[in-house]
Amino acid sequence: MEINILYLLTILVTGVIFVLGGFFVSRLVGPNNPNPVKREPYECGEIPFGEGWTRFNVGYYIFALLFLIFEVEVVFFFPWAVVLREIGVLGLIEGLIFLFVLFFGLIFAWRKGYLVWH
Amino acid sequence: MESYIYRTDKLILDLTEWLTEATGSAFAAEVVKMSIAAAVLSAFVGLLAMILIYIERKVAGHMQQRVGPMRVGPHGILQTVADSIKLVAKEGLTPKNADAFIFNLAPLLVFASSFACLSFIPFSPGMTIVSFNVGLLFILGIASVGVLGILAGGWASNNKWSVLGAMRSGAQIISYELSATLALLAIVPFFGTLDFQEIVLSQQKGWWIWRAPGVGLLGFLIYTIASTAECNRTPFDIAEGESELTGGFHTEYSAMKFAMFFLAEFINIFIVSAISATVFFGGWMPFHIEGLDTLNRVFDLLPPIVWFFGKVACLVFVVMWFRWTFPRLRVDQLMHFEWKYLMPLSLINLALAAIAVSAGLYFFN
Repeated sequence: MEINILYLLTILVTGVIFVLGGFFVSRLVGPNNPNPVKREPYECGEIPFGEGWTRFNVGYYIFALLFLIFEVEVVFFFPWAVVLREIGVLGLIEGLIFLFVLFFGLIFAWRKGYLVWH
Repeated sequence: MESYIYRTDKLILDLTEWLTEATGSAFAAEVVKMSIAAAVLSAFVGLLAMILIYIERKVAGHMQQRVGPMRVGPHGILQTVADSIKLVAKEGLTPKNADAFIFNLAPLLVFASSFACLSFIPFSPGMTIVSFNVGLLFILGIASVGVLGILAGGWASNNKWSVLGAMRSGAQIISYELSATLALLAIVPFFGTLDFQEIVLSQQKGWWIWRAPGVGLLGFLIYTIASTAECNRTPFDIAEGESELTGGFHTEYSAMKFAMFFLAEFINIFIVSAISATVFFGGWMPFHIEGLDTLNRVFDLLPPIVWFFGKVACLVFVVMWFRWTFPRLRVDQLMHFEWKYLMPLSLINLALAAIAVSAGLYFFN
């Protein structure tokens, strides 16, 4: 197990080196002569106006919240799913109750109109 | 049957033994193995992306009654090599109002997370770089880091298209991740482990897509749809819908930084297909029918690694096929489809799977 964490770290570091190496080679080989026009943000040929950091739809926030709730509950299911064969009928029923609460939450959000994209 | 190509687990054991003898310590042997793994994986990633991009263009061409790339090399097989050289030789621009540090960090996050995911894939018996007993959970966790890179990149570009594209992309990926996770979760009770090699070994009698009664097939369908959306592939590519958002979150990226996003996208297609192949189609396990020993021997003639890549190739082809079959969804349709259809369906699927497991309902047992 411990040695596997070392393996994972090696792979992560390799991934980072792969990217940084790519950037480095690109810097060596590619040209580098920026000018003010080139560094303008791209807006399909129009002269850009205003900031790019504009306000955006609040709907994204609601979906992110919903995601957070459900994802955390889904993570709780993993240990249950792994041992389901050993914990028998009682474990199954408890799991199903939890699943029903989750399902009820989804229906609640649906009825409240949170699932409508504005 | 005893040669190393069939018994890759034996190959790795022998290699470890030989390295321990040659270097004199077990730890040094592991270090050498780590270096080999890192080098092989880097080479594999480059090669994989080139092959996948070439195949993608050929598939696209033939589905539209064109021939695809033909000029560079026989049947254009060197086209992606030429494209890579071109990408390296381009100028990497950073727009003037961008947050330069985060702008450069984003491709690194996206690529490194996809790269790390590859180390969990069971290519062949014993051939997994990192074998955790929670591999499936870990790979889902690491894969979700990629969405941070997409959001960071879009936001840091300080470009209206990029911000919009990143927001859409983020909303889409996190939403469909739920269904993808639930679809995999529904199959977990059948084998009761999260270790990829053990998942493969549990499919000796039959692949879970049909051994799990009904829920296997349903889970596979949900996973295919949800994972296609997670990879930002058509028909779910509203994030970079060219006609609406120019290039989506990577509008401002050029040269190597763009190449990293592109590479990561193709690695992700491979990863989701590999997970699907492992969980639903037996990974490297050959096709077996119990009782028909002669037939099973014939199937065993193909090495496990060929089985694995064959299955993955079929699934990758399906994802490419989608692209030329379905038109793009609108953003509200996309969210409704996930939250009002796919999500309840995957919850029901999980409940059915749990009941089936507790009742001992397995096919071909």
